[in-house]
Amino acid sequence: MRRLHRTAAIVLRQYYLLRGSPARVLALFAWVAIDIVLWGFITRYLDAVASPGIDFVPVLLGAVLLWDFFTRVMYGVTMAFLEDVWTHNFLNLFASPLSTREYMGGLVLSSVATSSVGLLMMVVLATAFFGLSFFAYGLMLVPFLLVLFLFGIALGIFGSALVLRFGPASEWLVWPIPAVVSPFAAVFYPVSTLPPWMQQVSRALPPSYVFEGIRAIVAGNAYRGDMLLWSAGMAALYIALASWFFTRIHRGAVCSGLMARYSAESVS
Amino acid sequence: MTKVLSVSGLRRIYGVRAAVDGITFEVGGNETVGLLGPNGAGKTSTINMILGVLAPTSGTIRIEGEDISSTRARALARTNFAAVYAPLPGNLTVQQNLRVFGLMYGVDRLPERIEELLDLFDLKGLRHAKFGALSSGEQTRACLVKAMLNRPRLLLLDEPTASLDPATARDIRAKIREFARRDKVGVLWTTHNMYEVADVCDRVLFLSRGKILLEGDPRTLPGEHGKETLEDLFITVAREPLSLGQA
Repeated sequence: MRRLHRTAAIVLRQYYLLRGSPARVLALFAWVAIDIVLWGFITRYLDAVASPGIDFVPVLLGAVLLWDFFTRVMYGVTMAFLEDVWTHNFLNLFASPLSTREYMGGLVLSSVATSSVGLLMMVVLATAFFGLSFFAYGLMLVPFLLVLFLFGIALGIFGSALVLRFGPASEWLVWPIPAVVSPFAAVFYPVSTLPPWMQQVSRALPPSYVFEGIRAIVAGNAYRGDMLLWSAGMAALYIALASWFFTRIHRGAVCSGLMARYSAESVS
Repeated sequence: MTKVLSVSGLRRIYGVRAAVDGITFEVGGNETVGLLGPNGAGKTSTINMILGVLAPTSGTIRIEGEDISSTRARALARTNFAAVYAPLPGNLTVQQNLRVFGLMYGVDRLPERIEELLDLFDLKGLRHAKFGALSSGEQTRACLVKAMLNRPRLLLLDEPTASLDPATARDIRAKIREFARRDKVGVLWTTHNMYEVADVCDRVLFLSRGKILLEGDPRTLPGEHGKETLEDLFITVAREPLSLGQA
């Protein structure tokens, strides 16, 4: 019960931050809304100039929506973590009974809440203004979202561990991670488009299976369920690895003295 | 006297330099112990190790019998701290911070506890103010409220009155003393203010280069070492520690 309370404390902190800051609430909606509007018009234009019968909405706009969801999940974890970096809060947190597992649990739950808000906004905009129908993906939408969610959590924890290891100035390492991953994840094109070495990397990225799946379903082709299971398993494994990495970095920071200095150095 | 803190053979090495060099001491319940020494003597490293945010190279730390290395959560649930370099998040209000940390420490009947401490530290009128918008004195009081939320058996205070004016510092010392006496709390207090030490500490430990050089009653210790005041003794510890070691 005490463990749940400690995890809830991390979530409560994020709730208070959102409640007291319209700018933070706006950020949950604004970027995803801009992306959907921009890509909505691009797909509308492509539909107009392409051969009849090709529908870019479920392929391109759907891909943008799902990729933005993944990005929001990842940023949901790292933003919650960075709030503690920016406010020099590590000493208060880690000198309490809070464990790293409980702390990570709190970050993940915070991300569930914030990314759900972003997802809802994107779905409303894409459906109401650009005619995106999730029925096009069928029931597969649920496991697709789950895989992207799991991988977003894994990268969020990994990015947080990097900042913990390299200090507050290294937060710039976190923001470009989705952009670096996206060419390999084959968000907008089939994996077969990539050169062989990039395809090898792509096979190790769970989102590439999701986007291949979307294209297959929209084209009316069969999508292998075992591929989806494989990607979900891979994403779960990455969460375990990222959590292990974070715990190891935290332990290293306690051993080296970095954790004790983190607050003091942040202040200066 | 029941021991709330037992430190044994505590050592912390950075490269070839020993920041803390095999110190052993205890703090009893209802006892305030001053941890004194010049900058770099190892005071903050000692406190950080007791708080579990710095791993010792060797040695053991027990809080009410709980080993910090093996039963960290149980040991830290009975501990709390306040330090100038560990402010509460400035973007939350005083009350929000206290709710978050109260939940983290598993405080029973949290709303009543928060009210009680806000009252004790005259912060009721500032409960909805952002922590970052408070004055130094108000921030110190809010940090002390957080430090007392979980009714700690061991309270670690790292220069709690630094940057406060004398009147505010006196008020805060009185409140800490009242809290410690009422709840029979063991307090480990670091400061460079020798007047404060004489005012609040039952016993002092003088650290120099990571070792405990002197230990005793702050009111009688200077005389025992041929010094008039605690400040004279402090300066000797800082400048000529070997002369005391030979005494």
